[in-house]
Formats: sequence, structure tokens, C-alpha cells
Amino acid sequence: MSAGRFHSWGLNPKSNGKPLRVSSRFEPLNLPDNGLVLPFGNGRSYGDSCLNNEGYLLDTRSLNHFIAFDQDTGILRVEAGVLLADILHLVVPRGWFLPVTPGTRFVTIAGAVANDVHGKNHHRAGTFGCHVTALELLRSDGERLHCSPDENPEWFAATIGGLGLTGLMTWVEVQLKPVMNPYLQEETLRFSCLDEFFELNKASEERYEHTVAWVDCMARGSALGRGAFYRANHHGSAAPAHRPVAPRQGLGLPFIPPVSLVNRASLRLFNEVYYRKQPLRRSRTVHYQSFFYPLDSIRHWNRMYGPRGFVQYQCLVPEASGSEVFREILAAIAASRQGSFMAVLKVFGAKQSPGLMSFPQQGVTLALDFPNTPATAGLLERLDELSRAANGVVYPAKDSRMSAQSFQRYFPQWQDFAQFIDPRFSSGFWRRVTAEPAS
Amino acid sequence: MKVLIIGATSAIAESTARRYAARGDRVFLVARNALKLETLALDLQVRGASWVGSMVMDACDTDRHQEMLSAAIDGLDGLDLVLIAHGTLPDQELVQKDYPATLQALEDNFLSVVSMLTGIANVCEQQGHGTIAVISSVAGDRGRQSNYVYGTAKGGLSIFLQGLRNRLAQTGVNVLTIKPGFVSTPMTAHLNGSGPLWAEPDDIAAGIVKAVEKNRNVVYLPAFWQLIMTIVCAVPESIFKRLKL
Repeated sequence: MSAGRFHSWGLNPKSNGKPLRVSSRFEPLNLPDNGLVLPFGNGRSYGDSCLNNEGYLLDTRSLNHFIAFDQDTGILRVEAGVLLADILHLVVPRGWFLPVTPGTRFVTIAGAVANDVHGKNHHRAGTFGCHVTALELLRSDGERLHCSPDENPEWFAATIGGLGLTGLMTWVEVQLKPVMNPYLQEETLRFSCLDEFFELNKASEERYEHTVAWVDCMARGSALGRGAFYRANHHGSAAPAHRPVAPRQGLGLPFIPPVSLVNRASLRLFNEVYYRKQPLRRSRTVHYQSFFYPLDSIRHWNRMYGPRGFVQYQCLVPEASGSEVFREILAAIAASRQGSFMAVLKVFGAKQSPGLMSFPQQGVTLALDFPNTPATAGLLERLDELSRAANGVVYPAKDSRMSAQSFQRYFPQWQDFAQFIDPRFSSGFWRRVTAEPAS
Repeated sequence: MKVLIIGATSAIAESTARRYAARGDRVFLVARNALKLETLALDLQVRGASWVGSMVMDACDTDRHQEMLSAAIDGLDGLDLVLIAHGTLPDQELVQKDYPATLQALEDNFLSVVSMLTGIANVCEQQGHGTIAVISSVAGDRGRQSNYVYGTAKGGLSIFLQGLRNRLAQTGVNVLTIKPGFVSTPMTAHLNGSGPLWAEPDDIAAGIVKAVEKNRNVVYLPAFWQLIMTIVCAVPESIFKRLKL
């Protein structure tokens, strides 16, 4: 029997957390006498930060109601389990957009807060948490904390990026940003090495709200670090000449194939073809769904890695060392003969998140995904060594394997944070990364 | 459109209500949990309903059915569509041993609906238009050992609706029998169902809105259940009684 919907997006590790439904935001948490609980949204975290082996998962799917929307100010208050997709569906026709969005719109708003997600506009807008104006936290002892930058600010800070451990968020209020229409004006530029990427990025950050790059991580030698740079702004015209339609929801993968469809041959082919397909330079109007959520149109794309699932790895290093570290990382990936399907590179800005445990900070980030194989484990340990040496950080939302030692090095504030954790709340991730004392 | 929804906080009804709200319709909601009802009413307002009214009522409280119907028609300023969506899934092992539990299941899923439909049908007949949409179930198509009390209630309901449809056919009133298969809702959460036979409430809601629009008589949702139930109903009783279903 499959785990139903209670698994993480990477489909590993497997978990047996028992679901407990939260049926109304007004009801107290109805917890069993013993056992640890963890809020579960839509299962789009990749690793074990959304899992709770041997414990319970608070199924927040019924907390899916809008509470208030001020069309003049763009302040929106919704229940914790509302998906970003539902928000966009409502607000885009009324001239508003999410201030920050991750690469999938199928995450819950509380998930976006708990992981303090970031997007292609980090250099300008910071993280999702920067735009949260208030939230309610329900603790296992029944206490309800109204949190905002002014009210219970220490709980507010602990909950943003707090991995769902500080209690159950019942609702979240966020400041949206105004847009004229659902479109973006996007420009694509091919680059042939990492230095060229950094130059392009520097030249683009001022004028473009959204910047991101794809890197061909199968390329080696003189082609190392080649890729495509995307930069875009929301379309500024009330009546754009070209109005592309939203991408259709494709068929997707109806079941998990018995073996991974992602292997060295398919990776090499994909990366080569994808690079060749990128225009040297192109400007076009695109629908927001095509720009922000290209993978959302393939349902269950995570199944292509077969029953063992896949692992994501996202690290962040200071910009000064970025070029050098990523050259080493790409070389290590190439040398390991492992490949990543999608390697994404982005320079983060200086805007500070209110979140105590937030992953994003100023620097350069690289996101990779790999089939879940024993060889991958060795490679990622090597990448951790490089990240640690560069004073980097690794993203908990995408992790299922970093050592306690690495985590405590990346997030030295973890002990400050621990005092805000609800005594009845925990996660597979948290137990793993705090299990052994750092040496 | 002026829409009355009974059992409004059930998962399928909520999703359906949202679709009407997004179109700017007027909606009157009836459910027994006041806080959930208020939660949904606010949600529908944000989603674009031009007017939302509500009333707290237990569907089995038949003495209040007339009052509820009058309040809805007053508030909505008319009546174009009624969706009856309340129901419970009884514990089959319990109802096998306990007649009061069986009676309660029949009241929840059948008799309370019949009481409401009596008043609603007369109003619609008199005004000469409107759609009466009622959620029955594929479980009512054939009795099975695993849920025949629920099946009896839904089967009885389907027959009642069939008769009502026949009665109202010449009056411009449409009666829609909705037969969902397995749907992931709080009512079925304990079954832990997943896989290709299980649908999401919003898929069912989309089917309901479409069926209302097209003046359909009976819809299976998702549609493949029509084929499944045709096969299930075609199995000879001498064989069927031996199956573990």
C-alpha cells in the first residue's frame, strides 16, 4: 500500500506518520495522549522536514478557506492550508500577485512560511516571510499567539522558516503586490561559463525583478558552467499586444515506473538538447504559469525517478567565493559521473528575512536534483564539505541526508530556535539533525 | 443564480459552493456547525459571491425544514438551484448490531432529505422552474455486505428522486441525481483510500456544476463509475451473493 498523500516530494525517505485531521481553525488541537505531531501541508518539501516517522501528521487540508481580502491594499488573510495556486486563481484577475513565489504553486501558504521560501526575485523582494504581516500560532497547550513584526515578534521570527515546529499556524496574512496582467516580459540569454553568468547577473539585477539561470551540469572542460540566463519583469501594460495562454495541465506520470527514467544517458541527452534549445538571445511575453511554474504542468513529475525517489541539494555560499566554489561543485558532479536534471543558479540579495532559521541570505545559491542512489550520498557529502569550507548553508526543506554536524555548522542559531519548539511537535528532519552533539 | 446548499460544509458542497461564488452567484448555506458555516461564508464572500446567507440547522431537525426554506428564499430573493449534500457514512459493523444506529443512518441519509424535498419540490413546482440536485451514491445501486445500510438509504433516495423527476418533468423543474464514487473527504478519511478510483471533492464539484448546467437527470462522478456500476449490477445475484464486496 502506498503512503497515500503523506509522503514528501522526493518520495524518500519513506515515512509512517499517522494522519490526524484538523477540521477547523477554531477547534483546539485534538492530540493523542502520547506521541509527537507535525503539521502537514501539501507534501512539497523534498526530504524529511515534512515527515514525522513513528508520530502523527496534522493534516491541514481542511484549513483551505479565504478569510479576508482587501482589494484596495492587497492584504490577504487565508487559512494555513490554502495553496498558492488558489491564491493566484483569485487575485491575479483582480490585479494582484504573490510578492514572492517558489517554483511550484502547489504549496500551502503555511508551508511557504514554515520554509520561508524564496523565488526568482530574492535580490529585490527577499523571502516570502518578508511579506507576511501577521499569523496565528496554535500551541499544543491550547494557547493562541497572534504574531506579527510588532506582536509576539520573537514567535513571529521563530515561526518564519521554523519548519512547522513552533506550533500549528492556523492562518497567515500576507501583503500582495500589484500587477497589471498575468504576463511577464522575459528575456533569455545563453552563457558559456560561470564568469559570464555573474556578469550577466550583475548587469540585470537593477532592471529586472526576476533573475535565474539554468546550468548544464553534464558539461565539462571548456564547456563547464555553460547555461541559460532568464530575466523578467511583470508586463507593465494594461493591454499587452501578445497574450499567451496558461500552459495546459499535461498528463503527467500516472504511476511510479519500476526503474528511474533518469540515468546518465538521459541526463546527458537532456542537458545537451536543453542547452542547444536555448536561444542566444530572445525576448518574449509569457504567462506567469509558464515563467514561474514550468514543472507544475507535468503532474507527479517526481515519479520519473522511480520507486527510490530522488534527492535535492541546494546550497548557498557568499558571492565572493561563489564562482570558485560552484566551479569546484560542478567539477565534483562531473567527476562523480552523477548528473543533475535541473541545476538552477540564483544570486540572492541583501534583504534580510525576519525568520530566525531562514535559509536565504546574501550570496549565490545552486539547486540540484539527483536520483537517490548510494553513489549520490557520497557526492553530496563531498558537496557538503565544499559548502562548509565556503561558510555556506544547505536548505533544510530539500534535505533528507545532511549530518547533524553539518546542520549545526550551517545554522548555529539552532539552539536559540529550539526554545520556541512546541514540546509536542517534532519532525524526522529535526530529530536527525539534532540527534548527535556537534563535535 | 440563487443557490441553496444544505450540508454546505461537506467537502463536495464546499467545492461546489466555491464554483458558484466565483461566478458571483447568491448563496444560502445550511449546516449544523456554526463556526464551520461562518468560515465558509467568509470564504465565499472573498471568492466573489454577490450575497451569502446562512443558517445553522441539523438536517434531521425536520420541524425546521419549512423555516429554513422560507429563510433561504427570502434571503436569496428567489430560488434557482438547491443542492442537498449532507450525509453520514455509518459504521457497518455497528448498524448490523444496533437498530437505533440503523434508523439514525436512514434519517441522516434518506428521511431528512425526503422531508426537505417535500417542501422544496412544491415551491419549485409552483414557480415552474429551478433545479433540485441531490447527492446520492453509487452505493445505492446494489446492496453489498460492506455498506448496505448506507446503500439502502442512498438507493431509496435515488428511487425517490426518480419519482420526483417524473412528477416534475412537465413543470420546467429539473431533478438531478448525483452519484459519486470514492471521494477523499473527511467522511471517508478513515478508509485511507488512494489510487485511481479515488477522486478529489473539487473534481466532483466540477461535474455537479456541469450537470446542473446541462439539465442532466442522473450523473455518475467521475463518469467511469457508470461503467463500473453497470458491470456490478449485471452480475447475477447467485454469483454476486458469494462475492466479498
